[in-house]
Amino acid sequence: MSIELRNVTKKFGEVVAVNSVSFSVKEGELMALLGPSGGGKTTVLRMIAGLEMPTGGDVFIRGKRVNDLSVQQRNIGFVFQSYALFKSMNVFKNIAFGLKIKKWKRADIQARIEELLNLFGLEGLEKRYPHQLSGGQRQRVAIARALAPKPSVLLLDEPFGAVDAKIRQELREWLVTLHHDLNVTTVFVTHDQEEAMEVSNRIVIFSRGVLEQVGAPREVYDQPANEFVARFIGVMNILEPEVRDGVARLGELEFPAHGQPDGQKLRIGFRPYAVQISSDLTQYRYHAVLRHTFFLGIMLRVELELPSGLVLRARMSKEEYAHEGLYDGREVSFQIRQYRVLAKQEAALPPETELRYQAPPIVGEHI
Amino acid sequence: MTGLPKQRRADAFQQSQRGTEEPPIIKWILISIALLFCAVFLFLPLVNVLAQAFSKGVAYYWESLANPDSWASIRLTLLVAIISVPLNVGFGLAAAWAIAKFEFRGKSLLITLIDLPFSVSPVVAGLMFVVLFGLQGFFGQWLDAHDIKIIFAVPGIVLATMFVTFPFVARELIPLMQATGTDQEQAALTLGANGLQTFWYVTLPSIKWGLIYGIILCNARAMGEFGAVSVVSGHITGLTETMPLRVEKLYNEYNAPAAFAVASLLALLALLTLGVKTWLEWRQTRNFAKAQLIQEPVLDSNGAGSSRPA
Repeated sequence: MSIELRNVTKKFGEVVAVNSVSFSVKEGELMALLGPSGGGKTTVLRMIAGLEMPTGGDVFIRGKRVNDLSVQQRNIGFVFQSYALFKSMNVFKNIAFGLKIKKWKRADIQARIEELLNLFGLEGLEKRYPHQLSGGQRQRVAIARALAPKPSVLLLDEPFGAVDAKIRQELREWLVTLHHDLNVTTVFVTHDQEEAMEVSNRIVIFSRGVLEQVGAPREVYDQPANEFVARFIGVMNILEPEVRDGVARLGELEFPAHGQPDGQKLRIGFRPYAVQISSDLTQYRYHAVLRHTFFLGIMLRVELELPSGLVLRARMSKEEYAHEGLYDGREVSFQIRQYRVLAKQEAALPPETELRYQAPPIVGEHI
Repeated sequence: MTGLPKQRRADAFQQSQRGTEEPPIIKWILISIALLFCAVFLFLPLVNVLAQAFSKGVAYYWESLANPDSWASIRLTLLVAIISVPLNVGFGLAAAWAIAKFEFRGKSLLITLIDLPFSVSPVVAGLMFVVLFGLQGFFGQWLDAHDIKIIFAVPGIVLATMFVTFPFVARELIPLMQATGTDQEQAALTLGANGLQTFWYVTLPSIKWGLIYGIILCNARAMGEFGAVSVVSGHITGLTETMPLRVEKLYNEYNAPAAFAVASLLALLALLTLGVKTWLEWRQTRNFAKAQLIQEPVLDSNGAGSSRPA
């Protein structure tokens, strides 16, 4: 294990910013700390770095307990959200700073910096000052500076927060490549779930100082531990049908609820892609009108309005949309392929994952 | 509907345009007043000081400065500045650091306290030290018993000067340090630098010009302070007389040329301060301009450069 946290808690006065968090990062892994702002993810990152001291619990780096080690002794590379480049130093001196502090030989410093400038595509910029660089260049200098003294882990706080959308995409891909080349254990903080999904090997999800789930992007998407994760990672339709005679109903929609008492409300959640749509009104059980179509590139997001006024979100490919001959205002039939019954209280209980395939379409019931 | 407010705004703009077009006379009157004011209150006295100083010839000018008592006052003034300015730089740095980099209770109170010497009359400041350390003061008996002289001695003058000049360095640095934040220092820590290295390589370069400016102002005031020093000094010629006090004494003894000779040194200091300050400001603008010049080719070569005005 490269990094391990055991029951780490951080309080700022009365406020519990991080509440008994435990997870570990494997050697060479690229890990994302994901959560809404105020979730405690940056505090966790700063505790790994030693910029904050935990109120309780232990932090290990490469098997060594580092609670009592200062930032300087932990041998970490940290990239700040603002990049925090030294304004009074040029690019060369910025990157060389850590090496000079660690008393590297002049020739070694020269060689290391040439290597890094090369790797980061910063050749010819070594005399420039931070304010003379573009946003992307600044970020690369900041990462080069953090990596120069060969740290055992690289920590990045919202690394893509300060650049515009187009450069952001480039930088994401670049970071993945860089990590692949260097294979240094990397932990980064982000509030953007898409970014976390795209860049990292594994994701740690926080909300309000509590760890909600750790897992590979695929895992947290397909098997969210709770409703918070399900809603945070991607879109989810949430319905609250009421049980009557063993069936939970909301408008036209029905979900089996064997053994549930009458009058109880269930929480049903399903992903937009679980909604199957057909222009053939006889194909699926439910009917609706296509209200809005949003073009997101290859995928389309559509809104279905049911006769009862209920609105569901669905997702489909461009080809499917064209093949079915769909357009806004068209009447369609649909079914919900899989769904989950969610725990009542948000984030408290990990809900049972119940996948149910409504296999044989009930033909002609509502015509 | 949107056309109406737009039209109104355009009208307002036109009016203000006319408003600025109208009064070239007022503009010239204002400029004349400012220039006249400077001439009467700044330039004329300066010329007068020099004219008076040399009224009995260059030889007499040098003689007045070489006078043992005047020479003693020059040395004392330098001594006081050499002690109080570095101490105030230390205090100023510490206070500015505390205020800019930490959150704590009573922070706004501390800022107010730092400003206090600006709002308190220097005479009151001097009296405060007399009340504290004078023979009839709180510590008077104890100090007397241990044969320590503060009031009517050099320590008192240094204390009074320090009190009066305390805000200069801190006031310059606080906004500067607040604007810089702590990110760069934290970055230095993560790269292995200790506190001293961080201060020396990262903090100091980023506040350099503000600090120098603060020191210049602090020094100018330390050398020129009259009120507070006058109260605690006791005016003992040759012992506790600083240059401003010396000027006053010579003038009261109807030795105007000698008084103005010493005064001319103080005026010289003021001019020097002004000169250095102007040079620093010029240097800064030139540096920014230079930085922008370098930036142009960046935009040409890869198009990715963000053109941020310096």
